[in-house]
Amino acid sequence: MTPRHRRMVGVAAILAGVGAAALLARLAFEENLLYFFSPSQIAAGEAPVERKFRVGGLVTPGSVQRDPGSLTVRFVVTDNRHSIPVRYSGVLPDLFKEGKGVVANGRLDGQGGFVAEEVLAKHDENYMPPEVADSMHPPQPGGGGG
Amino acid sequence: MIPELGHFALVLALLLAAAQAVLGLAGGARGRAELLRATGPAVAGQFIFVLVAFAALVVSFVNGDFSVEYVAANSNASLPLFYRITATWGGHEGSLLLWALCLAGWSLAVALCSRRLEPEFRARVLGLLGIIAVGFLLFLLTTSNPFARLWPAAADGRDLNPLLQDFALAIHPPLLYLGYVGFAVAFAFACAALLAGRLDAQWAKWTRPWTLAAWICLTLGIALGSWWAYYELGWGGWWFWDPVENASLMPWLAGTALIHSLAVTEKRGLFVNWTLLLAVAAFSLSLLGTFLVRSGVLISVHAFATDPARGLFILGFLAVVIGGALGLFAWRAPRAAAGGGFAVTSRESFLLFNNALLVVALALVLLGTLYPLFLDALELGKISVGPPYFEAVFLVPMLPLVLLLGLGMHAGWKRGGLAGNGPRLAWLGGAALLVAAVIAAAVYGGIRPLATLGLALGLWVMASALLVLLARRLSGARLPATIVGMSIAHFGLGLTTLGIAGVEAFQVERDTALAAGEGAELAGYEFRLIGLRHGLRGPNYVATEAEVAVMDGDRRLATLRPQKRVYDSGGNPMTEAGIAVGAARDLFAALGEDLGGGRWSLRLQYKPLIRGIWLGALLMALGGLIAAADRRYRREAGEGAR
Amino acid sequence: MKRIILLSLPIALFVVLVVFFYSGLQRDPSVIPSPLIGKPAPAFTLESLADPRAQVGSLDFRGRPYLLNVWATWCGGCYQEHAVLLSIARENRLPLVGLNWRDERGKAQRWLEELGNPYAAVAFDGDGRAAIDWGVYGAPETFLVSAAGVVLHKHIGPMTAEAWQRDFVPRLGQAEP
Repeated sequence: MTPRHRRMVGVAAILAGVGAAALLARLAFEENLLYFFSPSQIAAGEAPVERKFRVGGLVTPGSVQRDPGSLTVRFVVTDNRHSIPVRYSGVLPDLFKEGKGVVANGRLDGQGGFVAEEVLAKHDENYMPPEVADSMHPPQPGGGGG
Repeated sequence: MIPELGHFALVLALLLAAAQAVLGLAGGARGRAELLRATGPAVAGQFIFVLVAFAALVVSFVNGDFSVEYVAANSNASLPLFYRITATWGGHEGSLLLWALCLAGWSLAVALCSRRLEPEFRARVLGLLGIIAVGFLLFLLTTSNPFARLWPAAADGRDLNPLLQDFALAIHPPLLYLGYVGFAVAFAFACAALLAGRLDAQWAKWTRPWTLAAWICLTLGIALGSWWAYYELGWGGWWFWDPVENASLMPWLAGTALIHSLAVTEKRGLFVNWTLLLAVAAFSLSLLGTFLVRSGVLISVHAFATDPARGLFILGFLAVVIGGALGLFAWRAPRAAAGGGFAVTSRESFLLFNNALLVVALALVLLGTLYPLFLDALELGKISVGPPYFEAVFLVPMLPLVLLLGLGMHAGWKRGGLAGNGPRLAWLGGAALLVAAVIAAAVYGGIRPLATLGLALGLWVMASALLVLLARRLSGARLPATIVGMSIAHFGLGLTTLGIAGVEAFQVERDTALAAGEGAELAGYEFRLIGLRHGLRGPNYVATEAEVAVMDGDRRLATLRPQKRVYDSGGNPMTEAGIAVGAARDLFAALGEDLGGGRWSLRLQYKPLIRGIWLGALLMALGGLIAAADRRYRREAGEGAR
Repeated sequence: MKRIILLSLPIALFVVLVVFFYSGLQRDPSVIPSPLIGKPAPAFTLESLADPRAQVGSLDFRGRPYLLNVWATWCGGCYQEHAVLLSIARENRLPLVGLNWRDERGKAQRWLEELGNPYAAVAFDGDGRAAIDWGVYGAPETFLVSAAGVVLHKHIGPMTAEAWQRDFVPRLGQAEP
């Protein structure tokens, strides 16, 4: 190849690569992005019924229940205005605690609850995940967590 | 007294770094002998004083001087000595000091090992490294002083994060930083070449061993981090596509592209501009990674908000260093010669594809890492880009990369062709596919297309790398260290590919609730919970330990002892996995929590071929080491200077 | 000429990125006002840290402005800000009320003995319920509550002398009855 050819091939290769990458990224984004919804947004019907998404908030103190000896655990996630019961079957992360921030991936069960496939609490224990922190509401007078 | 000594040493180091920058750049521009001679001692002095400062911090940690705020925040009287030392780089301030120490160390190495470079060029390189050192030391002293006193002194420290109390993680940051900072040398060489207007093959020859050295450290650092995540985070993943991990992967991808394009520039004098740009990019991404992670902007906006001064300083520093380099590039790079041509099937073409694919992979990772930050900053909603995105997009450039690699290793320079290895390669390719299909079907019970392809590609690259050595042997050709190193590194990449394909396609995972005496089936094995022991005392924690027997029929294959630890310094419990290591598979158990009724939750995993991932990375680093030690670099670097 | 444009592309892209990050920095998340600001402070009645039989509650401070500081011994920022809190307490302008959040009583008591106690009273919020009412995201956080029981300001992260002078002192007049 002459330098001129080489440059043309080079530019063509780069353009093709960038184009393919952009297309790919778009497709992958559409399929794999998880949107975040707070319990209030879910209550307002903003969350998708069919799709997987993330819900986050505080684990309401005293709400964690499990059937003795079973892996299934139930807890309530709240943003101080609305709450949603979450059901999960599996091992909870070390940082999962009542009164602390939590994010769960999963979908709605169609009966006002949320079925989590994954519960995340992988963050600094001093702070909440930023998206949870930003979505929290001030507590209701006399209501909320207590 | 000792912390003040360290602080003072740091101030002196800053002054010497400034002297190094001024002397080096002025000397390089004017060519005055006395300036050139003074640069070396400034580098040595800077290194010594940073070392003194670092030693002072280590001593403060060893002595448990809790009147130092940073020590109080990251150590504890009950911490074992080893972790008290490694706690030195367990937090923000100390790890930045370690960064500065690495930089000073690399600068000293450049000063010592390149006495035979052209004196002006060497002075410029040292001057540019001096500028970076000034930025770092200034950042340390003004916003992150590790020696700040706490008044009144604390009686005891807050402790090192228990997750960090681990051997692999103790040595992971130094290796990672050596890699990150090592790219500063390639960066300085590139900028010096641009300043001098010497955009030729000689520059590439000088840069190559330094780039390889940095790349080796980074490869080992990343592998160690992945290994640590696997056994210490407790849940058996080996790569999470976490922003922190991506921050180290991106410079690695750029650095990998760089060592390949440097080969073309050195051999053929081609791709000069592209190579320069990659050298700038590799270090820029290292800086970006360090600061994004260290500033905490990726983890929590709160961390950043508490100290906006840090953020502003970081941004200013990045703008000066990266902006300066790119400006220099735009100004000087048009002078580079165009170079000669090459055939489509030549080594040059393959390396061009290698670079294009690596850069695409880099761009996709960068996009996935920064996109949520952009959206959030523009208040367009909160999304998370999880592993599914990265896994999907990363495969697409990687599969052709590995496929072409098997051919490219044999391609000749300039005119192309496979040097008579074409038929052998065709055989090898077919054999790899067949073996992969048989393994998938027989051992793991099913030919899944992607899994089989992954296994085949791994085998293909391993076989092709061996063929390079074998064919040269048989034909009696010379076998220089660069070729041996290249083959070993590529064999390692094949092994890593094999490991990734094996574990991602065939791993089995199960959460169970077991009482003592009960068992659960997983991948043909029975995991039986024998019993639990409570109140097991460690040096600074109390653990609950489960004994899990892995049974193959009636035979006890292995005993796993996963733990749940509660550290004396408080905080959440930590999971310590129990792992039975094997060449073909790992058996893994992590202990969850007490479910009541005598039952405990356990996560059980079967991880085929996972060791290949880290063993392959080790071989890649070894190959790099062999290639960097090639005599040609020592000899010809000297000759070039005369 | 075409070549020069091509080779200047990296620097152009980089400038765009820097401008973007710079504007991102200007958006300091800690100044986003808390939803509580201008609203009545949530009421609480909790055990006292010093004595589990005694109680500390918001009613104790009715009619007086006070500073509510959320802290815990596990929190690094609390360590940092402690000296500042002590000096604020010495100024004697208004009482500091501590909300000891998700902590262990013994540890917290020892902390105050060792570092000094800036608080007029400390409420022990072991399970974090009161902190949820206050919309606490993390520790440390500091709230300025007026004599009328209205939250006037919230500071996220460690208290500094500058933040005190800049954000709190000018509001003290407003806080008086």
